[in-house]
Amino acid sequence: MSTEKNAIETRGLTKLYGRARGITDVDLTVPEGDFLGFIGPNGAGKSTTIRILLGLIAPTGGEARIFGEDVRGKRTELLARIGYMPSEASFYRGMRVAEVLKYSAGLRKQDCAEEAGRLCERLGLDVSKRVEQLSLGNRKKVSIVCALQHNPELCILDEPTSGLDPLIQREFYRILQERNKAGATIFLSSHVLSEIQKYCRHAAVIREGRILACDSVESLGHTNAKNVTLWGVTAPPALEGIRNVKAEDGGVSFLYSGEAGKLLNALVRLPVTDINITEPDLEEIFMHYYKEESHDNIEA
Amino acid sequence: MTILKHEIKQGRNTLLIWTAAVAFLMGICVLIYPEMSKQMGEISQSFANMGGFSAAFGMDKINFGEFTGFFGVECGNILGLGGAFYAALLGISALSVEEGQHTAEFLLTHPVSRSSVVAQKLLSVFAQVTILNAAAAAVTALSVLAIGEKPDGKLLGLMFLAYFIMQVETAAVCFGISAFMRGGGPGLGLGLAAIFYFLNLVANLTEKAGFLKYFTPFGYTDSADIIISGRLEPGYLAVGLAAAALGIAAGFWQYGRKDIA
Repeated sequence: MSTEKNAIETRGLTKLYGRARGITDVDLTVPEGDFLGFIGPNGAGKSTTIRILLGLIAPTGGEARIFGEDVRGKRTELLARIGYMPSEASFYRGMRVAEVLKYSAGLRKQDCAEEAGRLCERLGLDVSKRVEQLSLGNRKKVSIVCALQHNPELCILDEPTSGLDPLIQREFYRILQERNKAGATIFLSSHVLSEIQKYCRHAAVIREGRILACDSVESLGHTNAKNVTLWGVTAPPALEGIRNVKAEDGGVSFLYSGEAGKLLNALVRLPVTDINITEPDLEEIFMHYYKEESHDNIEA
Repeated sequence: MTILKHEIKQGRNTLLIWTAAVAFLMGICVLIYPEMSKQMGEISQSFANMGGFSAAFGMDKINFGEFTGFFGVECGNILGLGGAFYAALLGISALSVEEGQHTAEFLLTHPVSRSSVVAQKLLSVFAQVTILNAAAAAVTALSVLAIGEKPDGKLLGLMFLAYFIMQVETAAVCFGISAFMRGGGPGLGLGLAAIFYFLNLVANLTEKAGFLKYFTPFGYTDSADIIISGRLEPGYLAVGLAAAALGIAAGFWQYGRKDIA
């Protein structure tokens, strides 16, 4: 396994929960300094992968390395270099935000008060509140500060923006971009594809426990498929390479990945009153991965 | 020691309540002894003739009219039962409560080894049990001074030591079980402590059930046996300490390898 300059590398990583599937043969490489989005529907295996990387659960098979070290063997040393934000943040009842942040820093044997103060100010987090009084969004902010206050080399963030308002989401990504620019590796899972498209350099798609694609966001989005909307007709032409057919108000839209000439020839014979042909957005492409169709249907 | 301090801080209110309750009741119990001792001649005789009931509490073997006999039965039950319930609650929730409240993920994604987490949590359990027993002993000593009694210090010390070891054993066994659980489980802890207590009562009723004393930490806390022999029964104690060691070892072993939900 090549581990040079890779922040995260997994080979054949598998986790079974009894007979139930967790993840199967997950091969994933995240170079140091990368900003990678990990995308997949609920239950796809994102959190399972992340929990193995953090040593919370043991894999059934395969191996996982962070900064070239086995995550099981060097767990404690590696966690000192990682900042983790869980998808659902839970804290100890009765503690104030300031106490949680201090406890987190104490567990790292560091004084992070200065950086914590800066992050709290940017995120608008009131440190005097008790954690049980916090809204979901504010609990997320506490998690963000806990994950970032020690300036980690690798940030592992599990659906970090759910529950955050748009302004805080933007500020959060600004902070991540600054950290990434300063050399930190960012690995985040998300359902929000527009976020991945906007902020990440690379993306990995996981479905039913298997990695379906892992490439630069640009490459994943590059396809000869076109999003076609026709008005004046209620069905697309009978051609190969048509999928995702949706009825529109007075028309129909579909994704076409065949030859342009064949489409134009077919359209000439239809009572089309108007036409719109655009590049599909990343979300449409990833939706394809989420469905049962095979990878080959997208001609990248 | 960050986790140790945090654990003690998290448990301080419960510690205060249990310590205050046990120490207060023990103090009251000692303070009413002079009044009780005036009527003890008749009461002691009555207790000694109550057959199985007296045997269950060891009252058939000791003089209830003397301070050590009175203390062993009355105060012993308060510290024994109260302390065992508290120790069981502490032990059973020590490792499992983090998973039940979903804070294990927070804790274990920091650079702390699982063995360090287990060790610090175990230390905090023992520290809290020690504080409760120290407070109970201090209040007892002050109460004894207040009523002007001069009991046999060695016997009293042995009884306190027996109850302390019993609570440590109860906490350690529950601690081991806690590592296998994914929730708090206070009911299981309290139930286990109650079973230990009643096993000893049954063992006292008949010689045939005497072997049960090997299965309960209350076996070596029997004040009648301590007063008569002037020592803790080594056989029961050895089994108890082995059970405590097993509980602790199970805690380290299981928590070190389990998947955190």
